[in-house]
Amino acid sequence: MAGPDIRVQEAPFDLGAESAALSQGRTDIGGLASFVGLCRADDGLAALVLEHYPGMTERALEKIAAEAWARWPLTGCTVIHRVGRLVPGAPIVLVLTASAHRAAALEACAFLIDWLKTSAPFWKREEFADGRERWVEAKASDDAAAARWASGA
Amino acid sequence: MKLLYFAWVRQKVGLAEEEIGLPEDVRDVAGLVAFLATRSPGHAAAFADPRQIRAAVNQDFAKPDQAVAAGDEVAFFPPVTGG
Repeated sequence: MAGPDIRVQEAPFDLGAESAALSQGRTDIGGLASFVGLCRADDGLAALVLEHYPGMTERALEKIAAEAWARWPLTGCTVIHRVGRLVPGAPIVLVLTASAHRAAALEACAFLIDWLKTSAPFWKREEFADGRERWVEAKASDDAAAARWASGA
Repeated sequence: MKLLYFAWVRQKVGLAEEEIGLPEDVRDVAGLVAFLATRSPGHAAAFADPRQIRAAVNQDFAKPDQAVAAGDEVAFFPPVTGG
């Protein structure tokens, strides 16, 4: 495996297909961990519109994935983040990590989702059924979740 | 200098990007924010509270004291909310 596979795209992704693609023909993977973030229908939400910074967003994700790759003995890693208009129930983000053993795969997966929430340039705007819209505000709890990985946890 | 705006910063400024001549007395990100706030009512609204603004210089996150130069690409946006 050459390294992490990073994609920023409007199109949906399929967890089963991505898992199969990552593990196909491999006999060195003992554990595959995945996280899929979905669009919730909070407070009458009709859609989430995700904006990104083309160029910088891909670079930031590459940097975060490279850090996970260096920190854990991964044998595979796929990160897909969607942009554009997403309706409730739609998948937003996929993190897949593979390793010989479960601990590395699970920890690296948690690290990646915690870090990409605070370190990759994406912005969410909420559109509601009644026509209102608002930008999602960053959460202190997300900063805390990312920070715990910096303290050598 | 190329400036890019994202999310509500873009909406308030009313532009996704613009080219500006960098004033000689603007040396860092914080100075650029203070200068931009004087450009139009939209800019003033976007940059009214610098604590709500994050920046990137040449596509890397930048602190307020980071130096800026005429050829840089500088982006301004709210704290990120991906994932």
